Amino acid sequence: MKRGPIARAILFLFFAGLIAVPVVLTRRASQDKASAARLSEKSALARYGFYFTNDTKKAGIDFVHQEPVLDKKLAAIMPEVASLGASVSIVDYNDDGWPDIYVTTSRVGGMNALYRNNHNGTFTNVAPELGIANVNQPGTGVSMGAVWGDYNNDGYPDLFLIKWGKPMLFRNDHGHGFTNVTKQAGFPKWMNANTALWFDYNNDGKLDLFVGGYYPAKINLWHLKTTKIMPDSFEYADNGGRNYLFRNMGNGKFKDVAQQLGLTGHRWTLASGAADLTGNGYQDLFIANDYGIDQLYFNNGKRFYDVSKQAGIGFSPKSGMDVSFGDVFNQGKFDIYVSNISEPGILLQGNNLWVPKDGTSGQSTQYVNMARALGIELGGWSFGAQFGDFNNDGDLDLFLTNGYISLSHTRSYWYDFAKVASGNSNIIGDAKNWPAFDGRSLSGYQEKRVWINDGNGQFENVARAVGVTDRHDGRAVAVADLFNNGALDVVVANQNGPLIIYKNHVNPAEKWIEFRLEGTRSNREAIGAELTLYWDGKKQLQEVAAGSGFAAQNGLRLHFGLGEHPHIEKAVIHWPSGTIQTVTNLKPDKLYQIEEPK
Amino acid sequence: MSQSTIAIPASPPSRPPKWKRWLSLDNRYVPPIFITLILLAGQLSFGILESYERTLLAIATSITVELVLGRIFLGKWLNVASAYITGISVGILLRSPDFWPYAVAAALAITSKYVLRLKGRHLFNPSNFGISVVLFLLPASAAMLSIQWGNNLASMVVIWVLGSVIVWRLRRFHISATYVISFLVLAVIRSWIIHEPWLSEVSPITGPEYQLFIFFMITDPKTTVRSKKGQCIVAFLVALLEMFFRLDQSVYAELYALFWVGPIAMLVEMWLDSRRMKAAPVEVPAFSASAGVAQQ
Repeated sequence: MKRGPIARAILFLFFAGLIAVPVVLTRRASQDKASAARLSEKSALARYGFYFTNDTKKAGIDFVHQEPVLDKKLAAIMPEVASLGASVSIVDYNDDGWPDIYVTTSRVGGMNALYRNNHNGTFTNVAPELGIANVNQPGTGVSMGAVWGDYNNDGYPDLFLIKWGKPMLFRNDHGHGFTNVTKQAGFPKWMNANTALWFDYNNDGKLDLFVGGYYPAKINLWHLKTTKIMPDSFEYADNGGRNYLFRNMGNGKFKDVAQQLGLTGHRWTLASGAADLTGNGYQDLFIANDYGIDQLYFNNGKRFYDVSKQAGIGFSPKSGMDVSFGDVFNQGKFDIYVSNISEPGILLQGNNLWVPKDGTSGQSTQYVNMARALGIELGGWSFGAQFGDFNNDGDLDLFLTNGYISLSHTRSYWYDFAKVASGNSNIIGDAKNWPAFDGRSLSGYQEKRVWINDGNGQFENVARAVGVTDRHDGRAVAVADLFNNGALDVVVANQNGPLIIYKNHVNPAEKWIEFRLEGTRSNREAIGAELTLYWDGKKQLQEVAAGSGFAAQNGLRLHFGLGEHPHIEKAVIHWPSGTIQTVTNLKPDKLYQIEEPK
Repeated sequence: MSQSTIAIPASPPSRPPKWKRWLSLDNRYVPPIFITLILLAGQLSFGILESYERTLLAIATSITVELVLGRIFLGKWLNVASAYITGISVGILLRSPDFWPYAVAAALAITSKYVLRLKGRHLFNPSNFGISVVLFLLPASAAMLSIQWGNNLASMVVIWVLGSVIVWRLRRFHISATYVISFLVLAVIRSWIIHEPWLSEVSPITGPEYQLFIFFMITDPKTTVRSKKGQCIVAFLVALLEMFFRLDQSVYAELYALFWVGPIAMLVEMWLDSRRMKAAPVEVPAFSASAGVAQQ
């Protein structure tokens, strides 16, 4: 070294400074975490404009999800392979104007529940008497989720049960009971699916059904012939289940047209969402895949085109576990939120917020991931997420569930998971090569996130402050105005844990408006209809969807927060039939029921 | 990972024909070219990088710091092949949603060569040092490469064969081979101790993180001992310490093992050298501070 002591001292200081950077940042991050303490309800209301209370017990709900118990050959890693199945759907099954709740359990012999809204803050489980509770019978597999859609346009939503097993379709007999019509529908005998959604892909006025496969359909997880059932890669797996698109033939029958229309591939699909992203009037499909890249299919009504790479989303393989659409920037366009895995020091996939790139539109739309910039990238082992304006301030907020497997408080499976997951497909693809769980946790006991949108491109996590403190292994989350009081409540289905209802209490000065759409030329529930609300120089786009997030379905009513003293200009509705309707003279704090012009 | 070099005779006995010289490659540039090809092949086929921008940031930081420190402390502009490898290694191996960890790890790696040195030799493998420090101190913002080259056998075999040919050419194959054999044998012992499937213990070495570690990190000539036998012993000790880290469930066991074994081996060698010199003063090949850094 040629230089003298001063230069060397500067060099040493520079070196020490470089080491100090991570130390200081780590300390600051832990201080931020500590400061995010729980607030009193009064303080939360004053600071954030809302707070949640866990009203599960008060509502008369005591539902606890049970995980599946699969073939004994998988006993060593049972917590991992049995880590799915908790789901929640909001549905007004009896068309009384009050949202009801359907939830699944995943143990053979376990009973699903349909909680009828009693209009007084309480719910009653009516699934047994209506015939949709005992759906996990031996030999038929178990429930993984449920989506409700009025496939026969009779005004009452019907139930499609997503299963690792025999899929089931129940026709709603005008709110008085359900009839199992699976046999007539023509579905495959067995699917290992984790996501489904109703949508009218060809705008013929009849709801079609998309189903995403996870394990291949040939596998019966209770009677395994081999232990080689695991993904053959943790980033590029293509040995999962296939996807299905069941076209509604209009006579109670469905025909699988997935291959014919371009929905091919064998990825491990966990979540899906449909929305018209190109503006051509047809709903496109976003498919989130575990162990691989996500897929975006544009739809022209006749065929689906995989535009994942062209649109910029199909490059970085992650663990896609959620698809939620929201107009985060109030610009009349949908952004797409996809959850993934983030474990400090081991795996930092980060969640994605795909935002349409400026200057691109229609079939050429491209997306950029802005989750990091907005502060909604790192959750944990994330699953379900939903957008909703929880404080009615006019900007969409985000509720995210986290937590994978909560067993031991002190021992983690992460080391073994990382050890095997990076290896060759011949090793990771065989369950017998995986070390035993032995009571260890894998990203367990994680907190949920309630990110509120400041309207200027930043989100702040206020979960603890507003009362969301549970650390169950969150899976599905659904939002709806359960109590018809103008506030978006949240229902969380936890894996192997309790169903939780977070009742929302919003500052009454913050106004809202809700819409219930009914199709005439379009499908009756108006699935796929888009409503853009214009007020105070702002606009926000929302759509009616039957299936979103992870294993979840929100209420069909569209809820807009408006802020204080709003002046509403108009609502513009794009019906699936192509009709465009403009509604004026709208007042805040009201629910509008709008029928499609005939 | 600084660049592998071999001793080049001062005056070659006979100069090869011009066409052969055009086709033959200076050994200094073999590893940079190989690792660049791995990066491009991995990114184009499987999208292995967090982003091109992050990797370029690591490379740019690494080269800039090397040039600046070389100019200040050695009085000349250094060949940047070594800094390029360090930067690209950080860019491939580190995973972070942020940009700055790439810059910090790369800067730490290069600066460590100028700060943590003794008797003209730097003690730590630069990229191992930079990545290990960032991983250890900042787990919330950084992790290691977890993505694979598709997990398939074909791409793994290609990288193993190419990597083996190159370290053979650089006369470092014995280091990689010793480590791999040690790892496999110790995997049996680990499997026996913790009662877990042997293949689960073997699994890590089939991944890309290890391929980079085996072909670029432990073979670094500047941060290992000089004798062939000593190099084999060091490679074995890295695998051995790694076993203990693995038994303690350390996810980055191989990195941390090299982090400790590498410098300790260097210190032991220096101590033995000084004892030998005291016992019987001999002329030791010049390895000045400036030359030591300049060649990397």
